[in-house]
Amino acid sequence: MYEEPILSVRNLKKQFGPGCHQCNQEHDKGLEKNYCPNCGTVYACQDISFDLFPGEILGIVGESGSGKSTLMQCLYFDADATSGEAYIHDAALDGQNVFSLSSQKKRYIRNHKYGMVYQNPVHGLKMNFSSIGNIAEKLIAAGNRNVSEMEGVGKTLLENVHIPLFRMKEAPKNFSGGMQQRVQIAKALSNNPPILFLDEVTTGLDLSVQANVLDLIKRIQRELGISMVVVSHDLAVIRMLADRTIVMLNGEIIEEGLTDQILEDPQHAYTQQLVYSLL
Amino acid sequence: MKTNTHFAFFDEGSKKEIRRAILKAVAIPGYQVPFASREMPIARGWGTGGLQITLSIIGKQDVLKVIDQGADESVNAVSIKKLVQATTGVKLTERTQESSIIQSRHRIPEVALTEGQILVLQVPMPEPLRPYEAKEYQTKILHSEEDYSGAWLMLFEQIMKYGQTATGADHPVYVNNRYVMAPSPIPRFDNPKMHQSEALILLGAGREKKIYAVPPYTDVASLAFDDYPFAVESFEGKHCHLCGATNVFMDELIDHSTGETIYQCNDTSYCMERLNANVEAEVEENHV
Ligand SMILES: Nc1ncnc2c1ncn2[C@@H]1O[C@H](COP(=O)(O)OP(=O)(O)OP(=O)(O)O)[C@@H](O)[C@H]1O
Ligand SMILES: [Mg+2]
Ligand SMILES: [Zn+2]
Ligand SMILES: [Zn+2]
Repeated sequence: MYEEPILSVRNLKKQFGPGCHQCNQEHDKGLEKNYCPNCGTVYACQDISFDLFPGEILGIVGESGSGKSTLMQCLYFDADATSGEAYIHDAALDGQNVFSLSSQKKRYIRNHKYGMVYQNPVHGLKMNFSSIGNIAEKLIAAGNRNVSEMEGVGKTLLENVHIPLFRMKEAPKNFSGGMQQRVQIAKALSNNPPILFLDEVTTGLDLSVQANVLDLIKRIQRELGISMVVVSHDLAVIRMLADRTIVMLNGEIIEEGLTDQILEDPQHAYTQQLVYSLL
Repeated sequence: MKTNTHFAFFDEGSKKEIRRAILKAVAIPGYQVPFASREMPIARGWGTGGLQITLSIIGKQDVLKVIDQGADESVNAVSIKKLVQATTGVKLTERTQESSIIQSRHRIPEVALTEGQILVLQVPMPEPLRPYEAKEYQTKILHSEEDYSGAWLMLFEQIMKYGQTATGADHPVYVNNRYVMAPSPIPRFDNPKMHQSEALILLGAGREKKIYAVPPYTDVASLAFDDYPFAVESFEGKHCHLCGATNVFMDELIDHSTGETIYQCNDTSYCMERLNANVEAEVEENHV
């Protein structure tokens, strides 16, 4: 079906805390969930490996605290991974573990290869700057110095996510939650990134607004063919969007496969519980 | 009260420390060097940053000029002059070309500065990225990574709002192709004077505890988008109603007898000098 993954993640680990003689072991760390009762270290992501293929939507589902956002933050370089590798299959970056690149190169990847839509719009938007300015920010970061060009791109994107143009000079702080998420999506798309991360984009939105945002994401994938990692604790969202799905628990991947398969025939007891509660 | 007996107010240790910050600032054009800003007998926000620089570099042979928004006789300028003179005994002047140190707030004089002169600018807000990023820790990272999206974004926002870059003053500049710097609230009109300036320019922010510099003959470019070129305030077709000067930065006034808008040199000593020259020329003419 697919040839080569566009993004490969290998053995990604992220811990909060130094660890101790007990939890530093390779096996039998003696953790309670993701937490060492002896020293308090949190193992938020443990040995995460997966591939993202061109044009697909990969879902990541798991309960609160399972490490989904931490994983996204590591991939987007908002946080440093404790160890592990990630490879972007791109002429300029092939074969290089992007975690070990200089901060300049990481910034280049963020500005040219990645888009990110945060769970909380406060992290993705400058709430006091205009909506069009928020989109321009990403274009400026990617090196654009032409106002009319950026204004043009921004207007097209805002129309695309159904923000009325007469409000484009307004600051997102005046907008509803759903509108803020749509501005975030427009911003994330501004420099045509091949890879888009979406972290709980519909959490906290009204059901009708949720449907609206989910439709938008579907449409973007269809029209632009962007590869996406969609994170949610809500299996319904994953069912609607994702071609393949990863199930996380306590910082680990416990199950992965085609979304339909996971929903029809979950293997892991935890996934079974998750799926049955959805039905 | 015991009077301060140190030359130039500060003890030698304090002066040395400030000079070290200045040297570092000169070595890294446009980079903001933190320094231990001292308590001064004038309130912070009234030029204490500039004053501390002046006091730590001034010597007995220096000739000092102090201006506030172009005026040598403003209350602020006068109180700074008084303090420096009382503690150093240096000669004061209003003539730009006679001075070796010029401390200024909000202006660069009209008379071109020359080699050997030092311009000390008072700075209220040294961080050009501050309105974009509130945290000092973050702006330091942005500078170190030369990530100036925020500075450009602020200009973009002004264009969206006003149809043009609306920086009345303090329009950000790229220094030596590396650091984006706040030139202090000088009008855009004065920005080009920083480019390849023959004089050393030192900038001091007392409240924010920062010193930075533009060494002589350094490239200074005002930020501008490709399709919105940088432009200075235009006084085309205007002239000073006192001395007739054109191509200088002028204040707009209302002539109360006629109700008309008239213009006047903002740089008072420049204007005065031209007026005196005009008078001399007239006198000479009458004597011929
Ligand atoms: N800065 C931090 N310091 C210590 N622990 C942290 C930190 N950030 C996250 N954690 C812990 O890491 C674990 C994973 O958190 P994360 O936010 O990634 O979960 P999540 O799957 O995104 O949850 P949610 O569905 O609530 O968004 C949690 O146990 C959390 O408490
Ligand atoms: Mg989360
Ligand atoms: Zn431990
Ligand atoms: Zn004049």
